[in-house]
Amino acid sequence: MGSWAHRGTTPARISAKGWGWQHSGRTNKAVHDLDLEIAPGERVLLLGPSGAGKSTLLHALAGVLGDDEDANEAGELLIDGYPVAESRGRAGLMQQDPDAQVVLSRIGDDVAFGAENMAVPRDEIWRRVSASLESVGLKLPLDHPSSALSGGQKQRLGLAGMLAMRPGLLLLDEPTANLDPAGVVEVRDAVRRSLDESGATLVVVEHRVSVWLEVVDRIIVLAPAALGEPGGVLFDGPPAAVLAQSRELLTAAGIWVPGYVPAVRPREASSTHDAGELLLLEACGLGVSRTKGRRRHPGVPIAVVPSVRVSAGQALSVTGPNGAGKSTLALTLAGLLAPAGGQLLATEQLARGAGTAPLKWRGRQLISRIGTVFQEPEHQFVTGSVRAELLFAPKLLGRGGDSVDGLLTRLRLDHLADANPFTLSGGEKRRLSVATVLAASPQVLILDEPTFGQDANTWAELASLLTELLDAGTAVISVTHDAAFGAVLGGEQLVLGAPEQMPQGAASLLSAESVVQR
Amino acid sequence: MSVDIIATPRSTAWLARANPLAKLGAGMALTVVLLVSVDWVSATVALVLECMLLPLAGLSARMLLLRGWPILVAAVVGGYGTALLAPKTGELLLEWGPVTFTSGSLEAGVAIALRGLAIALPGIIVLASTDPTDLADALAQKLRLPHRFVLGALAAMRLVGLLVAEWQTLGMARRARGVGGEPGLFRGVKAQLGQAMALLVQAVRRASRLAVTMEAKGFGAGPRTWARESSFARHDLWVVAGGLVIAAVSVSAAVLLGSWNPVFG
Repeated sequence: MGSWAHRGTTPARISAKGWGWQHSGRTNKAVHDLDLEIAPGERVLLLGPSGAGKSTLLHALAGVLGDDEDANEAGELLIDGYPVAESRGRAGLMQQDPDAQVVLSRIGDDVAFGAENMAVPRDEIWRRVSASLESVGLKLPLDHPSSALSGGQKQRLGLAGMLAMRPGLLLLDEPTANLDPAGVVEVRDAVRRSLDESGATLVVVEHRVSVWLEVVDRIIVLAPAALGEPGGVLFDGPPAAVLAQSRELLTAAGIWVPGYVPAVRPREASSTHDAGELLLLEACGLGVSRTKGRRRHPGVPIAVVPSVRVSAGQALSVTGPNGAGKSTLALTLAGLLAPAGGQLLATEQLARGAGTAPLKWRGRQLISRIGTVFQEPEHQFVTGSVRAELLFAPKLLGRGGDSVDGLLTRLRLDHLADANPFTLSGGEKRRLSVATVLAASPQVLILDEPTFGQDANTWAELASLLTELLDAGTAVISVTHDAAFGAVLGGEQLVLGAPEQMPQGAASLLSAESVVQR
Repeated sequence: MSVDIIATPRSTAWLARANPLAKLGAGMALTVVLLVSVDWVSATVALVLECMLLPLAGLSARMLLLRGWPILVAAVVGGYGTALLAPKTGELLLEWGPVTFTSGSLEAGVAIALRGLAIALPGIIVLASTDPTDLADALAQKLRLPHRFVLGALAAMRLVGLLVAEWQTLGMARRARGVGGEPGLFRGVKAQLGQAMALLVQAVRRASRLAVTMEAKGFGAGPRTWARESSFARHDLWVVAGGLVIAAVSVSAAVLLGSWNPVFG
């Protein structure tokens, strides 16, 4: 090799000439007849409806599509005039899942990994490791465990690893989809800083245009390559011009164009029930913890919430910084984790004879009372097809599956009824995971970051569905960083404090306060 | 937050600074010698000497029990079984129905239990004082094992740590769907199997994403350099010598006391 020193960080040029790609075993081409020139140092935001082949293009440029022997490639895809297969190390790729970003256990070793593979000499590697960590703003010791990082920090660690390879091209595949707003800004700023330093070319794929608008100087909109459509580039040019031209197409495709808030079914005016408050679930001094307590050593709560009241037809949003215990609180309220102190009681309205502690309920008792939608939809799939997934709860409860077809249509999953849940797109998986829980018609619905990484269409469908449920008397608790989403649902807000603000970093958090939004 | 079992802080013990290959070599020498000798003298001497090494590995008696209790149980069960089945020589100690222990059979049982512990302890010491990353570096750089496999295994081990947290999440996510929590052993086993399947699916998906990351970072493309150098130093000699000395002393003691009883003898 030995080319590492000479090539340095000269920015890369990309050219596609009639390029197309068909994954093995698929009838449709992922990308078809793409003609594209990206000059060295350009910063490009790549947009397009789902199925337009954005990820395929990024993976191809990163050189990680090559092993697929049965795939069909057409035309040429070149970096600096060379085929991508000969351009190893010229491009760095960041993926969506922060955990898949980290290779080694200590951050110094992880940053060094790429440079080692490029056969960079040892002294030079460690110089680059320090410089890269500095450049992404990770000021931690080199032997800091990589598993102790937050999602945003993991993505920045991945970025540092790329920078240590001195790539001429950064490829980011929805790098902030799984991050909270603070993490999004962290990663975006780290990318911008490193680009300003290195001058490398950037291609980023992301649903939320506004995140990258200040960073990029060009937007390319791809057309889907499905049957009957031409594929290739639909719009191409400076951000303002492209957004003006393609606004309609982009909003229809569910892309978050700046200033666009999708229409949502509003809550009915008389959302407070006339019959007064129907209390379902009540918590008092509730301590929450992920570690199971033993008789002698009770679990140390990561948060203590003075009071939570969950009533029929009421929305409750749980917000707060990372690590404040929001998800843990949701899991405890959902009867999935044991309280680490205090009391959690289900009223007779909810328990209907099953006892006051949701944790003690049997599976089938739980799902018709409290439904929980996890952040990662895949964790909740238990069958092999979309229809079976929806029939699962009604069968368990001994009910007919009459409501299933309605739910399928309602959430635009009817054409996928026989598909395997794992093969769905991100938005489809999210809709399915909500539908499966709703199929048991629970009185309380708990959702953990339901809008993370979702396009505007799924977002609007989800929000509309939830306002409908609220008006029909379901209680909805959502853990969310999404202020717009919380505003649509209305109701009360429970703000958990940061763990740093807690005395001695241990228990007794009392800063949780209820703020009535209405 | 996810739990990473191999990201525990680097041990500061004396043995942790030794090259993993030296520790492995010393442990192997000791293990081979103990494997061929079946008497309680050599096993006891080795066990006592090994226990004296525990502070060098940074292991307290409490941590040892915490990590090694299954081995202790296995050794006791093995010893009991041997005492039950060994030839009934010597005087009768206990007779209770078909259960008979004689002084001869009891001695054989004790020897087996001690030998099991003496063979297992070096493994625990090496594991506790060796960082997986250091081991991978040593295997690839010193033993010249193919780095693709060594580093692939190292990355996979990190994922194993993540699986612990994933298992808990899956359990809750599936209970929220109504899976499990039903009475009956069969249903319980079925639910556990389903959860194990789901864990496997998640592991494979995460591993394939990790493979993409590694490939994108140029892994396996050609010759590579090593940011961390695996090297041998003076105290690696002491480590190997220590292993050989323990082996030699235990065998000599057994021979001198006349209890030496090699398996091939």
